[in-house]
This record gives sequence, C-alpha cells and structure tokens, in this order.
Amino acid sequence: MAAEAPSTGPAAGVSPAVRDAELIARILLGERELFHELVRPYEKSLYFATFSILQNEQDAEDAAQETVLKALKNLRNFRAEAKFSTWLISIAVNDARARLRHARVLKFESVDETPPDEDGGFTPSVISDWREVPLQALERKELRELLQKAIACLPEIYREVLLLRDVEEFSIAEAATALDVSEGVVKTRLLRARLMMQKLLAPQLASKRSGLFGLFPSRAGGSWF
Amino acid sequence: MVLNCKHMWGQISNYIEGDVDPGLREAIEKHLAHCRHCAAVLDSTRNILVLIADDRTFELPVGYSGRLHARLREEIASRE
Repeated sequence: MAAEAPSTGPAAGVSPAVRDAELIARILLGERELFHELVRPYEKSLYFATFSILQNEQDAEDAAQETVLKALKNLRNFRAEAKFSTWLISIAVNDARARLRHARVLKFESVDETPPDEDGGFTPSVISDWREVPLQALERKELRELLQKAIACLPEIYREVLLLRDVEEFSIAEAATALDVSEGVVKTRLLRARLMMQKLLAPQLASKRSGLFGLFPSRAGGSWF
Repeated sequence: MVLNCKHMWGQISNYIEGDVDPGLREAIEKHLAHCRHCAAVLDSTRNILVLIADDRTFELPVGYSGRLHARLREEIASRE
C-alpha cells in the first residue's frame, strides 16, 4: 500500500482527541495527505455503522467511502465539542439512511421512544441455567453465522445502537450524538436490542451447544458466570 | 426495594452498564441470588455480548481498507 506519510503524524502515546486535533489543524493548513492517517483508526467503525443500516457489504463499503470523502470536504465544519470519530460516524449513519430511503427499502419501524419499559413488551428467553459459551468457540463458522444472523434480524434502530455500543464500544453519549437521539433513547433501544439478542440466541446456543462446542473441553465446576 | 422478574428484565441493560444506583443494585443482586431464571438471563445476555464484541464475529471485507484509501487518494489528488 502506498505510504500516506504516517511518519509525519503526531507522536505516539498522545490521546486520540489530541492526535485528531493536531492532524485536523495540519490538514486544514494544507497537509491533506494526513487525512489518511486521521481516518485510519475509525475505518472499522465506519464500516460497521453503515453495515448495521444497509445490511449489504457492497452498499456498506460504498457508504463508508462516501463518508470519508464528505468528511474531507466538510472538515472545516467540524467543531471540537464532539469527538472526530463521533462526527464521522454521524455522517456515516446519515449517508447510510439516505441510501436506504433512496432505494425505497426503508421499512416502517416503530419509533416508540418511551422511557425504559419495565413493564414488559420486550422479554428475554426465560431459561433455568446458562453454561458459558467460550470465546474460543468463535473459531467455529457456524457460531459466527448464528450471531450475525441474529443481529441481522433486529430492526434497524436496535441493530445500529447494538453495533455502536456493544461491538464498537462507543459510550452511551457518543452513540446518542452519532445517531442524533437522546441518551435515554439509546438506553431504551439498547435494552430492547440486548433482550432481543438474548431471546433469539440463548435457546439456539443452549440447544446446539453439544454440536457446536463438542470440541471444547467441559468447564464443569467453573463455567458459570 | 423488592423486584419481580419483569422489573429485573427492565433493568438488565443498565445493570450490565453499571448504570444503576446503589439501592437498585442491591435489590437486583438480592433478586439474582434467589432467582435462577433471572441469573441465567443475565449470564446468557452477558455471554452473548462478549461473543458479538469479539473481532472474529464481524470481519471487514477483504481489501476494504485499500479501496477506501485509494478512493481518498484520488479525491485528494483531484483537489490539488
């Protein structure tokens, strides 16, 4: 891959916010090549943000590329109150949503933004016990597909918040900014998304455990959370 | 404060986040200590979140980064 002047960027060890601020200042003064370095740490988050909405690899990649170009074009409009990564992801989310609207495949989904619902409506799969599925089990393609399919089953508003918070590890506040909703809405959607994932996956993982994880040694006596 | 299972489910996400006040945390933990169903729901939810957070669950398309930077290079060159 061609070098994009990584050796001329900020010194290692500085915080991401300081690093980003330094790079942005230099880019705006004319060192445009440094934009490669600015976006590199966020490439993955960008893709997953667009994929969470579009659910198609090619469309998600196109939207991620378009986002980077828009960010370059509009960098002067970036205000440092938000993190650069949050600003970038919000552009990605808006671009992906616009693509969906354009493709006329946006399905009507509930936008009920009531406060966290303690009275039901979203219930988990009630099971009597749970044996931990170890991370080593992710070597099995079948398990990865099961997890990916479950996320694909979620309505878009739940999928995007789950991917930002639980996959990309955005804070609640960052996810709220990126999605342009309140923190309360993020928490409500996160609760529902997590319970939906549990409901979809717990019975399948429990019933397939022997088939999926037969290669892994039993952790009897130490496998419970 | 006494919680039933439905109240517990409504707080499960905030509890995982560590975003509950001390009184509620105590009530949740008291409930979990005697309700094996809710304990299993919490354990399974946590386990599923650990699995989906792992890098191996979602992978980037092969060549994604290279194509992204190639497009960016073209754009930067066109603005020179």
